Amino acid sequence: MLEVTGIETFYGKARVLNGLGLTVGAGQVVALLGRNGAGKTTTMKSIMQLVPPRAGRVVFDGADITGWPPHRVAQAGLGYVPEERRIFTQLTVAENLEVGRQKARPGRVAWTEAQLFELFPNLAERRGNRGKALSGGEQQMLTIARTLMGNPALVLLDEPSEGIAPVIVEQMAQAILTLKAEGLTVLISEQNLHFARAVADSVVIIEHGEARFSGTLADLDARPDIRDAYLSV
Amino acid sequence: MTPILEARHLSRHFGALRAVDDVSFSLAPGELLALIGPNGAGKSTCFNMLMGQLRPTAGTVILDGTDITGKKPRHIWRMGVGRTFQITATYASMTVAENVQVALLSHHRRTFAFLPYATRLYRDEARALLDTVGMADQADRHAAILAYGDLKRLEIAMALAHAPKLLLMDEPTAGMAPRERVALMQLVADIVAERGVSVLFTEHDMDVVFAHAHRIMVLNRGQLIANGAVEAIRADPKVQEVYLGGGTLFSAERAHA
Amino acid sequence: MGLFLAQLLTGLANAGALFMVASGLSLIFGVTRIVNFAHGSFYMLGAYVGYSLMQVLPGAVGFWGAIVLAGLIVGIIGALVEVLVLRQVYSAPELFQLVATFGVILVVQDLALMIWGPTDLLGPRAPGLEGIVRIMGEPVPQYDLALIAITPFVAIALWYLITRTRVGILVRAATQDREMVGALGVNQSLLFTGTFFLGCALAGLGGALQLPKGGADLLMDFTILAQVFVVVVIGGMGSLPGALLAAVLISVLNVFGVAYLPQSTLVLMYVVMVAVLMWRPFGLLGREEVAGELGQVGEPDRPVRPAGTAVRVLVAALLAVLAALPFWGGSFAVVLVTDILIFCLFAASLHFLLGQGGLVSFGHAAFFGGGAYVAALLVKYAGTPMELALILAPLGAGLVAIAIGWVALRATGVYFAMLTLAFAQLLWSLVFQWGDVTGGDDGLVGIWPARWASDNDVYFWLALVLSVGGILVLRHVAHAPFGYALRAARDNAPRAEAMGLDTKRIQHAAFAFAGMMAGVAGGLFVFSKGSVFPNEMEIARSFDALIVVFLGGVKTLSGGWVGGATFKGVEDLLVRFEYWRLALGLLIIVVVIVAPDGIVGGLRKLGERLGLLRPDEAPRGTAAPAAREPAE
Repeated sequence: MLEVTGIETFYGKARVLNGLGLTVGAGQVVALLGRNGAGKTTTMKSIMQLVPPRAGRVVFDGADITGWPPHRVAQAGLGYVPEERRIFTQLTVAENLEVGRQKARPGRVAWTEAQLFELFPNLAERRGNRGKALSGGEQQMLTIARTLMGNPALVLLDEPSEGIAPVIVEQMAQAILTLKAEGLTVLISEQNLHFARAVADSVVIIEHGEARFSGTLADLDARPDIRDAYLSV
Repeated sequence: MTPILEARHLSRHFGALRAVDDVSFSLAPGELLALIGPNGAGKSTCFNMLMGQLRPTAGTVILDGTDITGKKPRHIWRMGVGRTFQITATYASMTVAENVQVALLSHHRRTFAFLPYATRLYRDEARALLDTVGMADQADRHAAILAYGDLKRLEIAMALAHAPKLLLMDEPTAGMAPRERVALMQLVADIVAERGVSVLFTEHDMDVVFAHAHRIMVLNRGQLIANGAVEAIRADPKVQEVYLGGGTLFSAERAHA
Repeated sequence: MGLFLAQLLTGLANAGALFMVASGLSLIFGVTRIVNFAHGSFYMLGAYVGYSLMQVLPGAVGFWGAIVLAGLIVGIIGALVEVLVLRQVYSAPELFQLVATFGVILVVQDLALMIWGPTDLLGPRAPGLEGIVRIMGEPVPQYDLALIAITPFVAIALWYLITRTRVGILVRAATQDREMVGALGVNQSLLFTGTFFLGCALAGLGGALQLPKGGADLLMDFTILAQVFVVVVIGGMGSLPGALLAAVLISVLNVFGVAYLPQSTLVLMYVVMVAVLMWRPFGLLGREEVAGELGQVGEPDRPVRPAGTAVRVLVAALLAVLAALPFWGGSFAVVLVTDILIFCLFAASLHFLLGQGGLVSFGHAAFFGGGAYVAALLVKYAGTPMELALILAPLGAGLVAIAIGWVALRATGVYFAMLTLAFAQLLWSLVFQWGDVTGGDDGLVGIWPARWASDNDVYFWLALVLSVGGILVLRHVAHAPFGYALRAARDNAPRAEAMGLDTKRIQHAAFAFAGMMAGVAGGLFVFSKGSVFPNEMEIARSFDALIVVFLGGVKTLSGGWVGGATFKGVEDLLVRFEYWRLALGLLIIVVVIVAPDGIVGGLRKLGERLGLLRPDEAPRGTAAPAAREPAE
């Protein structure tokens, strides 16, 4: 469903991604692992074309989306949930969801506000509250719900467990598994191997902007050297 | 021995959130003290209060016998506290040496000098500091193009410019490759040993912490839940549960999946 | 009581147009982050277009139809400008766009002159509303009452649009985080163009609505712009209710000012603004702007290096050639180059503030004009000799800068910029209205140089020494410890503070220093012209300097004077043509699109590409992703 080949991404003159490649199959949950600064967030932004790669290709659902403006990428069915959450703090929960709303597309789950409130019950109670009044965990739920309003086929989840209470992390993992059951494809970036273990089918480990390992969790467990070298467990 | 730094009942609330809740500790001269804890535990908030970036809701900070609570960062710096930032903070428009020279200019109170060429001032001192962190060969490069690990080392050189008695380092090895991390922390440990500087640092990499810290404090949800020697912290069941982890958290999910 | 009420009503009626223009500016800034200098031009266009339509369309329906149509047409023009000009420069360093909008001002001024001619147009009366109503015995124009009735409808419609519709939600979301809005599938280009349409349509509507009261003239653009900036700052950037509140406040204040304090009407507005901002630094209903929003983005500056011997020799040789100008150029050239030199120093002083300090001042003319007036007043009232006046002029300007900086530096980013503009306007209105001392609009004349310097050639040499000297001093300070401290405060203020640097004090000193250097230029100016008028302090003069600095290249050391010399030179060539503003405006727009790094920055990149200059080293290995991937 998503195929990234040899992307090189720069911030100004600083090279962050060095020919990174990865594949996500339809219906899969793939975890992108690597420590802080390894290039996880940049990978997500490059796929989304928020920071377009200078070389390499991003193919999504059969279309080469490299160089597309981000809104077209989003309209093509790629959902992006940023690490910093970036909810609209001055807007209410309902308004935040409205920003994310896109037309329903054939062959894809069409989310409604009601369904999302079912998935994230905490949000329902806070429908009319402004984003800034939400707790960190609620904000994290809102940012995912907002992206789902666009009825994406694949969601890029950037460090969903970052900086939130363990109990919310658990809910988050639960939600991801529910989404997977609904047929959604997910690429998730994580530092937390435990979290990845709970939700992912396979992992890609990146370091210095390159993929250093790619395989199932069982494969990774068979290679403690890799785990120790690239992950801060 | 009087502690170099002492926090007494330090708290900081953001609305209903108690980011830091009644934290007390002290730091002895020449000590390398690690502050660890999960993300969002309040480590950075704690740090910002020690350095004056953030005013505590309650509590006091004592530096070498003097109450510095609520003082501005620049005053605390003048009193001999250096700091490095979690996200490397250097001056992108200058060369490596000039970055250190600015710190030296400030230390020698020459920032309002209009006449001399700044690049010629304290150049040797800057070079010596860069030498300490192994950056002398890059002195004339543009700081904006340095590799991440080099920026971290540059920051340490800058922080040492006024011969501080205390260094506060917020995640000094974040974002570095494993080998670089060990080397950087070794460097810090050497500086502690040679110069008698005390260091308080936050860190996520347990290898680094266990290898170099003299003592470890664990923060969780704003509260200090453990404080002691490395082995004791390692064995502490509470610490294992909230931070070091045993993979118990997701057992339910795995069953579900 | 009756009079009081009548005046209150007049004030409320005036508030309508002001509110519409201000809310448009606020909307555009909120979504696109562009400070649209040309907003006053769209207001002016609204008035002119409305006027023409009213000539064609008959009766009451025609009158009101013309107003609505004028709004729509101006909105479309605004959208066109966005697509043709601004869209090309969104990726340029922030604030560079405002140079382009300044180009638009010039173009619109000349187009209006071409189409509607130089004479002021008297606005037609509204059919059926020509008369007056007596309220408690006082006459109140019927049209005023109509305006008072209309404004709430426009405000409510706007409020409904912004708070209750999907478009409004998107606009508000984009105001906070436009990249995220794009990542959620919203076409940003469309949203930007739409916002420009709406914002400009509001300005056009405001311009057309005030026709029966104020008519249309070619000075409307800057007049309203100053007021609109004040309204937006008082109300709070980005707040529509704030804009309404502030528009009413300012308009009512103006009316009462005219009635009770006729000498101080212009000053009053700025005094209120300063008072409000001392009390609420982000305006009545504004939110705190995230610091650095107006900061420089893009590549970091290159390190500065003192010039080598070869360069110094070359510069000395060129200066020698320039100093010999009276021997090889004509007398006209001597006068022209004197002008250029003085302007270059003025530009270089602002460039220092902007380039080294990252402090974007919209009101630098306060110090240029301030220096000029200090010198002129000293000569006029104290018989001060030129030599002493030339020394006191920068000191006076420096004192003014200390005072202004003391307040303005409490704010950052766009609020700082707006505050400097407002203070410059405050000073301008003081000079303009305090006619007994300053001569008001008639200026101060007969300020001639000392006998020994009265010859054009000698004065040229004097200007050469002081201007070039000033520029070299500014340049040297960039290399001095103070320059480094100032750049440190700009590059990373928290780091600088955690290193013992008092960043605010450093910036305040830089502000005063730049003000002083502008004062030197001002002093030179007044003796070269023999006179000074209030327009040396007005917005347009501040904008001139700002434009020049951007055109020259902010992130280079020579951008200020190179831009200044180019701009003045080109302007001098162009003013011989009737529609020189049009040509200059178009030229500015072209430069903005072709060379987003400015002239010097563009030349440097060209030189590097051709292999003539050594480029900045490319990063090796994995470079810092630092700022992009924060943990915790």
